[in-house]
Amino acid sequence: MRFLRAVWAIFWKDVRAEFRTKDIFTGMFIFALLAVLIFNFAFELRVENVRQVLPGVIWVAIVFAGMLGLNRSFILELDRGSLEGLLLAPVDRAAIYFGKMLGNLVFMLAVEIVLLPITVVLFNVNVLQPAILLVVFLGTFGFAIVGTVFAAMAVNTRAREVLLPVLLLPVMVPILIAAVKASGNLLNGSTLAEEMGWLRLMGVFDVVFLAVAYMTFDYVLEE
Amino acid sequence: MIRVQGLVKRFGYTIVLRGVSLEVPTGQTVVLLGPNGAGKTTLLRILATLLRPNAGQAFVGGHDLIRHPDRVRHLLGYVSHQPLLYPDLSARENLRFYARLYGIEKEDARVSEMLEMVGLGQRADDLVRTFSRGMLQRLTIARALLHNPPVLLLDEPDTGLDPQAAAMLARLLRMVAGEGRTILLTTHNLARGVDFADRVVILSGGRIVVDQPTHALSASDLSELYTNAVTQGAA
Repeated sequence: MRFLRAVWAIFWKDVRAEFRTKDIFTGMFIFALLAVLIFNFAFELRVENVRQVLPGVIWVAIVFAGMLGLNRSFILELDRGSLEGLLLAPVDRAAIYFGKMLGNLVFMLAVEIVLLPITVVLFNVNVLQPAILLVVFLGTFGFAIVGTVFAAMAVNTRAREVLLPVLLLPVMVPILIAAVKASGNLLNGSTLAEEMGWLRLMGVFDVVFLAVAYMTFDYVLEE
Repeated sequence: MIRVQGLVKRFGYTIVLRGVSLEVPTGQTVVLLGPNGAGKTTLLRILATLLRPNAGQAFVGGHDLIRHPDRVRHLLGYVSHQPLLYPDLSARENLRFYARLYGIEKEDARVSEMLEMVGLGQRADDLVRTFSRGMLQRLTIARALLHNPPVLLLDEPDTGLDPQAAAMLARLLRMVAGEGRTILLTTHNLARGVDFADRVVILSGGRIVVDQPTHALSASDLSELYTNAVTQGAA
């Protein structure tokens, strides 16, 4: 109970502060929007079948915007010195992880809620299908799970902005492949039942890395 | 209440603490003095469980810092150079957040009580980013005392304060010290050190070079002692 209370407190603190400043959301959203716009201009000239490339476009925008958000979420704590406040509290370090991870997940989902309808307008392809939204959610969840661990790891290093993608992207490869393949197939008329293999892969990835993060976050935060 | 034995801390090739041993009994206030780089902040950060020593042992309230950091964190209030507060939350929201982390029952009542105690009741719902340095420092002390810890670690709490704010902070700290807490305080203000503490410890070059009670010391005695000790430590 105490654990959940701490998780909720950290999550709520992040959401409340972000609601006031929009520091993280603004950066992530503008980046994602620009990425989608640039791809839209580029592919209109060269690609016949937008459905083939759209999943890639969406995931590139989500992943790089997500990385901006992950970096900011810990850098803000470090710059304000408040990370030490969290570390001084007599709570399981995993509670800090879950609170921050949920915050990162919500910020990414908020960007996607605005970004996906814009993508529909720009590319004239309906990506707002329940099956595709499920794939986007599972992929984003996996990204937040792994990304929060690596963002915490990178924040105390000098080259943190560079280090995060270098650490994170190789680990994210399985989930990115699964997300892009599943969303591409679904856009091209496949059913959710036919994509269960990819969905299972994402589900297993999410569960395994959540367990790994829970067990290792204590060491990640140690100086 | 605090027991430190042969504490060594290295950062790369630099040895910051060279076998520091210190005991602070329950209810005593000890002022830790020393030049910049003497190891005062490092010692406090180790006691606050934010750093691990390379060698030696440290106990707070009988609990080993390395083996049971969670138990130690329950006993500690820590005021560092930084306020450890969120500028985009109000004073009340900041304290409520920490109250939840510390598992405090009846958090709203406790938060209001602490805000009144540090004289910020009128500004409770203002964002912390609008606060002056003095107000921030008072709120920081409220944060550190929120869970009513028996041990208080204060790392230069008067840094950057104007004389009026420093005097107000000193009054607040005197009140806190009168509640029977064990306090370990670092400062560069020697007069405040003599005035406030039961005992003075001077660190220089990562070693304790002076450890004596303050009752027979005047500010000028301490100044002379400090100069001699620092010179000796540097040599």
